[in-house]
Amino acid sequence: MTALLRADQLTVRYHTRGGSAARAIDGVNLDITAGEIIALVGESGCGKTTLARTLLGLQRPTSGTVLYEGKPLATSVRGLREYRRKAQLVLQDPTGALNPRHTVYEAVAEGLRIHRVPGDERELVTEALSRAGLRPPERFFGMVPHELSGGQRQRVVIAGALALRPSVLIADEPVASLDASVRGEILALLLRLRDELGLAALVVTHDLGLAWNIADRVAVMYLGRIVEIGPVEQVLTAPQHPYTRALLSVLPESGRPAVVLTGETPDPTCVPAGCRFHPRCPLLASGVDDETGRRCRSVDLPVLDGDHRSAVACHAVGG
Amino acid sequence: MGEPLLELRDMTVTYHTGRGPVPAVRGVDLVVDTGQTVGLAGESGCGKSTVALAVLRLLPTTARLGGKVLLNGEDVVAMKWGRLRAVRWASASVVFQGAMHALNPVRPVGEQLAEPILLHGGAGANTVSSRVGDLLEQVGLPARRARAYPHELSGGQRQRVMIAMALACDPQLIIADEPTTALDVMVQAQVLDLVSRLVSELGIGLMMISHDLSVLASTCQRLAVMYAGRIIEQGPARQVLQAPAHPYTKALSAAFPTIGDPESRLAPRGLPGDPPDPSALPPGCPFHPRCPSAFADCVDTDVALRPVDTGRSAACLLEVRP
Repeated sequence: MTALLRADQLTVRYHTRGGSAARAIDGVNLDITAGEIIALVGESGCGKTTLARTLLGLQRPTSGTVLYEGKPLATSVRGLREYRRKAQLVLQDPTGALNPRHTVYEAVAEGLRIHRVPGDERELVTEALSRAGLRPPERFFGMVPHELSGGQRQRVVIAGALALRPSVLIADEPVASLDASVRGEILALLLRLRDELGLAALVVTHDLGLAWNIADRVAVMYLGRIVEIGPVEQVLTAPQHPYTRALLSVLPESGRPAVVLTGETPDPTCVPAGCRFHPRCPLLASGVDDETGRRCRSVDLPVLDGDHRSAVACHAVGG
Repeated sequence: MGEPLLELRDMTVTYHTGRGPVPAVRGVDLVVDTGQTVGLAGESGCGKSTVALAVLRLLPTTARLGGKVLLNGEDVVAMKWGRLRAVRWASASVVFQGAMHALNPVRPVGEQLAEPILLHGGAGANTVSSRVGDLLEQVGLPARRARAYPHELSGGQRQRVMIAMALACDPQLIIADEPTTALDVMVQAQVLDLVSRLVSELGIGLMMISHDLSVLASTCQRLAVMYAGRIIEQGPARQVLQAPAHPYTKALSAAFPTIGDPESRLAPRGLPGDPPDPSALPPGCPFHPRCPSAFADCVDTDVALRPVDTGRSAACLLEVRP
């Protein structure tokens, strides 16, 4: 089965003032199949947002390719326009994403006008609002963002994306700014859209509970690379990589002894040699045999495949 | 045992706005004893941050504070300005959400840490720098970081500086408003560990405010859940989280799934509707329009908090019916 959207050996480097390059994405393969929901988890600064932007064509990769339906993305603005209709972005903060002076109708119709979508505009807006759970849609047409609650605003943003009939949604922390009780409703909406429209989604988040709630697969990112990938049940209940294990152990309800890693996510301008996680690795610190320890400190790991097999990038546990 | 460290008695806060009075807190009773940790949970607009601000009278001038706020038995509501200034920092201090915005970006953090110490006469000018160094080490930062500017620190480090600042004048009570909300899971775990350690080492009282029940349950002994300006359930943290009595608490605890729980797999649970507008509360139980178990009486009966078990209480008609 070919992937709907594929990242192939993707790297993105940012040049900093000091002259050293920040390796924001340092080799990533990822396949997103039609109708699949993937959660991309990791700490801030691990490159997950850069990966989302690159998949959307908002950031040009330094090397590697993004393929949509098997074809590499165009680089011209004109060539990207059609793709940008198919892949839609949903951001964390709906208040920032909506123009405060535009009505709900304008917000949803804007994309239709930009992409010159044929058909009756009013009908398309009505349908999109109703799909996003704003019912009856006519009641919301004339409202402006400040008259809506946070959950309703996020639904307007999602409706704006849906109006263009995309095949994939890329959502960056879609519920992080919403209240607990509203969060479940928005996540349920994403699941329903997948079931009704076959919409694929890449959900970028630091919330592992969200992955458990809606995702089919989960990819764990650390310092520009995916270090573990696989079906949600497998990765979240039987994590292999010491980093994934640590992330899960610090959840308040984990029931395992918490492995609190010291320090913050390291700097992408100086990625450690060998396994990029080794300076913080609890497994290495607790003692592994000499040969494995040497490999952890000096041998870089291969980039994982992004297909449906589960995989883990670790010298000590990886097979 | 003497009087509690902090006692709120029928606390009310009303904001007077251009569109009329908005009751944000509608009668809250809460006790924090010395060395005790109490969590206050709820969604945005439920009044939990207003409670935090009201304890030290940090509210804007449009707010009217009613009821009693007893700090070591002394009523904060009736305090004169001079006394209030002495009590802030020295008896009780607040750690706010989003430390990155609370620190002055053009001054080193050490200078900012020294300010409350000098103002409250905690030390002479020559001993201040060593006190600042001690404080930083207490929160797990090297003393030399006193010379760093806020932008040179990460989010977690800045939050540690804010906690150090709250500890600067040896308060007996710390109020932490969403201390970990903007932080990553790993950094959140570090900060929560630090807070728990300091509370038990120094024997101070802690009131922690968050929307995340599981975070509160892992740090606090007791838990109070607020909805529409009132506490609707309180009790020992574990019990409230694992066997919630109020339907709202049930929904809130289900919103954060337990990983590995097959019931929540591919089944996110939320609550239909939105939290009520405090200026236009529904009649009866304010939760009834969203409540999955509401029945006819809920529409016109406003329930008060009543005991449901030892040390537990809930404000729900389902819990008081015979």
